[in-house]
Amino acid sequence: MTHHLAPDQQLELYYWMRLTRAFDESMIAYWKQGKGIGGTFSQRGHEAISVSAAYALEPDDVIAPMHRDLGAYLLRGLSPRRIFANLLGREAGVSRGRDANLHGMGDLERNIIGFVSHLPHSLPVAVGAAMSFTYRKEPRVALTFTGDGASSTGLFHESLNLAAVQRAPIVVIVENNQYAYSTPLAQQTAVPDIAERASGYGMPGVMLDGNDVEAVYAGVREAVDRARAGDGPTLIEAKTMRMLGHAVHDGAEYVPAELLAAWEEKDPIRRYTRLLLERDVADAQELAEIDRRCEVEMLDAIEWAEQMPLPQADTVTERVYAA
Amino acid sequence: MATESLTYGFADAPEAPSADRQITYIAAISEALREEMRRNENVFVMGEDVGGGFGGAFKVTKGLADEFGDGRVMNMPLAEGGFVGAGTGMALMGLRPVIEMQFADFISSAFDIIVQFAATAHYRWDGAVPWVIRAPSDGGIRSGPFHSQNPEAWFIHTPGLKVVAPATPADAKGLLTAAIRDNNPVIYFESKPLYRSVKGYVPAGEHVTPLGQANLVRSGSDLSIITYGSQVREALTAAAALAQSGIEADVLDLRTLKPLDEEAILETARKTGKIMVVHAANQLAGLGGEIAARIAEKAFEWLDAPVCRLGGLDTPIPFSPPLEDAYRPNALKIEALARELAAY
Repeated sequence: MTHHLAPDQQLELYYWMRLTRAFDESMIAYWKQGKGIGGTFSQRGHEAISVSAAYALEPDDVIAPMHRDLGAYLLRGLSPRRIFANLLGREAGVSRGRDANLHGMGDLERNIIGFVSHLPHSLPVAVGAAMSFTYRKEPRVALTFTGDGASSTGLFHESLNLAAVQRAPIVVIVENNQYAYSTPLAQQTAVPDIAERASGYGMPGVMLDGNDVEAVYAGVREAVDRARAGDGPTLIEAKTMRMLGHAVHDGAEYVPAELLAAWEEKDPIRRYTRLLLERDVADAQELAEIDRRCEVEMLDAIEWAEQMPLPQADTVTERVYAA
Repeated sequence: MATESLTYGFADAPEAPSADRQITYIAAISEALREEMRRNENVFVMGEDVGGGFGGAFKVTKGLADEFGDGRVMNMPLAEGGFVGAGTGMALMGLRPVIEMQFADFISSAFDIIVQFAATAHYRWDGAVPWVIRAPSDGGIRSGPFHSQNPEAWFIHTPGLKVVAPATPADAKGLLTAAIRDNNPVIYFESKPLYRSVKGYVPAGEHVTPLGQANLVRSGSDLSIITYGSQVREALTAAAALAQSGIEADVLDLRTLKPLDEEAILETARKTGKIMVVHAANQLAGLGGEIAARIAEKAFEWLDAPVCRLGGLDTPIPFSPPLEDAYRPNALKIEALARELAAY
């Protein structure tokens, strides 16, 4: 591996994936109890991608995550408290009650660009962020995520073509989770390996096992280094599986049970747990302690978010425009 | 409009300003760009064909690449959604892109990014998007359905955007300067039929026309014509003809379409009590309807006649001269409607 991860880094990756999973499980349970507001999106199965991609960046780099990238928001320093408050429409939420679930969680001080429901619309915007680094001769990189469904749009093509023409310092990660809502990949594209399209744009295409956190880290880190060195964009396809429905209301009965069972065996956290134990990076008790810490963080986050006030109705027209 | 018909609007670089600062509308646009690029290194131009020695379909950016380099006059692939998206990202990072649409008609290809992303980012997460889209709009120059449109109503209907439409060379410079300095996404509808057919005094150096302020360009007490863009010139022509018959019209040039200068609208409505709203964009669900509604809501007691509207027809914009002339408002149509209004 080009970028060797020290034991403490491996434990950091484990922690962030665990925190993402703990958040996700708490959130889904909360919604199943009927306490949630609106809808929300499960992260299950995507933890390795969002965590390791964000981990491969420097603090000055810009990240534009979407709705399956909770791990990236957490790594960038948005606290579970403020994210859960966002889910509950609280004034203390990242978008101050203006946007739902993980939407609207942009924060330019943390170099996070917030996404809109239309995908892949963060993609051209992130390409622009990367172009601004070239414009100002800054050694920074932009990274964004999108999905297999969004890869069918015209904007996906426009953006990758533009990124390549401009040699923009950007890394584009397609989280190929096999389903866009209920539509399986075979009905989305006749080219099952989305990374293959990269050659059509004149950029490297890299296919990664999206459930192998270190493989994603290594692949993304290499692409980030290449971008920072002025060698242009990379299209990364991280193959994974959406383990629950499109959103919390969706039972995903359309996904064959045997497919889910096969992917359950490849669960990114379970795999990494085994690996860390095999390598003797930590023992089971130490990992269990990290798990417990994440659960405590989530209990605290939910309690805090619930106590936070909702926005005042008379603020509804504020901040439509920048001063 | 002899010049336009000879050159199809694609004449070479705007002429150098004359000593008395009487310059064309299009030269005023170029001047604003050049001066703001000199003042602020974060200001740059992007769009199709804008770079190199070519300088854009209408030559507005000609010469800018020579002065500022290709890095600040960026040619884009034919991908309006992609490059308006990229401009949005650059603006979020604190740059000030001035994005050229080759024709306003093509802005629909970037609609999604404009109305869903750029317009909402500040409300949702304080993401300021200080870009300007320059959109060469308007017809009357025999350019057919896809090179003649006035699509401002789509964007006036979108929270988070600002929309301007200069009618004079001075405002072409002043509004573009203000738009570039504004911290929000601003769509600047420049009127192609005015490009080289109108000259006027333009202040040298820094000249800012504040956004949101209409301008009363003719004063009369019998009726009000509220309009913007190329129809200001038509309204003034009509008003001069009306004056021959002793009918004196207020002509209010809105200049900024969003945010509207409601005070100026209500002031002229209360003054004359007879109002017509004119725009080249089609009348149905156009800005004229909003203005008529606001006057009805807030100045009803002052009205002496129903507010009337004159706009484009509810058809695609036709090419052939008799058809386009039937489609579009002009000075004669304004004058005829104004005489009816005055007699009401």
